[in-house]
Amino acid sequence: MTDTPTHPTWIILGASSTIAKAFTRSVAETGAHVILAGRRMDDLNASAADAKARGAADATPIIFDARVPDTFQAIIDLAAAQSGTLNCAVFVGSMPAQDAIDADPALVDGTIADSFTGPARFLQMLAPVMMARSCGSIVGVGSVAGDRGRVGNYVYGAAKAGFATYLSGLRNHLGRHGVHVLTVKPGPVDTAMTQGLGQQPFMTTADAVVADIHEALRKKRNTLYTRWIWWPVMTIIKLIPEPIFKKMSI
Amino acid sequence: MIWAKDQTYTGWGRALSATGDIARPSETASITANAPAIGNRRSYGDAPLNGDGKAIDMTRLDRIDAFDCETGLLTVQAGITLGELARIFAPQGWLPGVMPGTGFATVGGAIAMDVHGKNHHRAGSFCQHVKSITLIQGDKTRKITPKSAALWKATCGGLGQTGIIAQATLQLTPTKGDMMLVTEQRATNWDHHVALLDGSDAQYTVGWIDATATGAALGRGIIEEGETCRGLRPTPRGTKKIPFNAPHWALSGPIVKAFNATYYRRVPKSGRTVVRTVQDFFFPLDKIHDWNKLYGKRGFHQFQCVVPLDQSHALRDMMQTIAESGLASPLAVLKRMGPGLDGDRAGYMSFPMEGYTLAVDFPNRPAARHLIARLESATLAAGGRLYLAKDALSTGTAIKSMYPDYPKWARVAAKADPDGALQTDMTRRLDLRTQK
Repeated sequence: MTDTPTHPTWIILGASSTIAKAFTRSVAETGAHVILAGRRMDDLNASAADAKARGAADATPIIFDARVPDTFQAIIDLAAAQSGTLNCAVFVGSMPAQDAIDADPALVDGTIADSFTGPARFLQMLAPVMMARSCGSIVGVGSVAGDRGRVGNYVYGAAKAGFATYLSGLRNHLGRHGVHVLTVKPGPVDTAMTQGLGQQPFMTTADAVVADIHEALRKKRNTLYTRWIWWPVMTIIKLIPEPIFKKMSI
Repeated sequence: MIWAKDQTYTGWGRALSATGDIARPSETASITANAPAIGNRRSYGDAPLNGDGKAIDMTRLDRIDAFDCETGLLTVQAGITLGELARIFAPQGWLPGVMPGTGFATVGGAIAMDVHGKNHHRAGSFCQHVKSITLIQGDKTRKITPKSAALWKATCGGLGQTGIIAQATLQLTPTKGDMMLVTEQRATNWDHHVALLDGSDAQYTVGWIDATATGAALGRGIIEEGETCRGLRPTPRGTKKIPFNAPHWALSGPIVKAFNATYYRRVPKSGRTVVRTVQDFFFPLDKIHDWNKLYGKRGFHQFQCVVPLDQSHALRDMMQTIAESGLASPLAVLKRMGPGLDGDRAGYMSFPMEGYTLAVDFPNRPAARHLIARLESATLAAGGRLYLAKDALSTGTAIKSMYPDYPKWARVAAKADPDGALQTDMTRRLDLRTQK
């Protein structure tokens, strides 16, 4: 069962995040090979053991830091060496509180590197490898926060907006070569990142987001709002005229 | 650690609640506070509560650290659930040695309560399949094994009072597959029911009992005997969820009586053999999420006792009291427990003993609380004991006289947790941590 020669490979960027862990388990249980890319080797090693016990064909931990592009090539090379379908799921991102950024504007760089420029550069490097195989999927996790700049977290929002626009273009490009790109826009998810923020509107769980992602991959959807309620909510928020929106704090 | 402030939470019975700060670490290394650990709170009463204090929710520490598919030795973090383990490992030919009635119980909780299952007569209790436990005691972490003698015995079934259970190594049991061959037959009355339980040598045996049947039908029910097997798995049906608190009459006497009569007749007179999934056999109610809301916002209590083998008449009298009260719910279970693996029990405060165990749910009403108090006295008189995973109403005096090794446990717990930082609402209610 686990040694099928043509198992798919999933690169998981930001493998230590709560949603990434749930996603890793879900693909491990189908017998995929997972490449767990993140910053902390001890955590990645533990996740790799977990993935293998759950049925992954193999699990390879590898260092990835969105702010250090020198870490990218080794992952691309490792992935390129795998036979079978190659896929990539991007869960990296960081969300410092807006007031922390207000106090220290240098935090802008890291936030944008984590959520946008780091993963974008990585995917740009991976794209030719995937195009050459004419198959596979890319899952890019953005956020509903990227749909409109809100007073509460607009630097994070701007980074996610940039990433969403990038994914839209990447889809346009790779779609012509048989590679599917799915943009995921979760609302608040009960994760380590949101812990301590209290109850958030339409909160969901990492497992529910992962189930939605798999459903969207099956249907080859382009953009996924999860929970679905965020699609009408954000549609309305996007329609609010700027002169009114600028006075609102939502 | 990040603390969610002033969270109100309950055990599974929802009759008791607590308000306090809860942390939910995703890494063992980030556990910095010394506070009681809680899991999915499947204990019914106040064992998983620490009102006005802190609690550490372990459910995010749910990794599999190592698995040897040759020997079945499995090392996991304490927050993983037994249902998850069954789901992952049954297709690979392994099952947890003991599984309780819900798959939502965590490994940490199963150790702290030394849970039992439908195979107690053959396999003993959960902790008898545990090879080692990693405990966090303040700023120290230590690994214990059965060789750790007193500390081991105080940890197995020890209500989490010897340290935070962070990790455990379990010996899984080989299984033929992830399906069950189940034989169901009617037990027409109490004596028949007990005789069928006594005569069963199946791997897994349990009796559902109609706790509303009176007169000649007193103690009637359905005996289920299961063996693991291989087979085709049906397409899984989705889970259902009880969305809101049911009104108080939903489980009133006449409705329960009618339901039970139908449920009893579901199995033909001649009995039947069916094939079920492991999940359906072990965790029948897990398909209905939040079924505890069926009891309404007041919640419910489960009474569970065990009495020695020669006291089955005392249990019959208790059954009669229950049936005549008209207060019982459909959920009632009778089972014969064995002497434990190798004739031994795992911990000082382990519930199982050789005899018969009866578990019955009651809605949380004054009449039911009075009835449970009577049942508790009867249990004590019969030389039996109550199950702390279910208890919400008993007293320290009663519990201490039911558990002969309690003083030994209390001494070890006092040494392991000298400041009482791991105390819960249960240990305070039952005054378990005060040494005389």
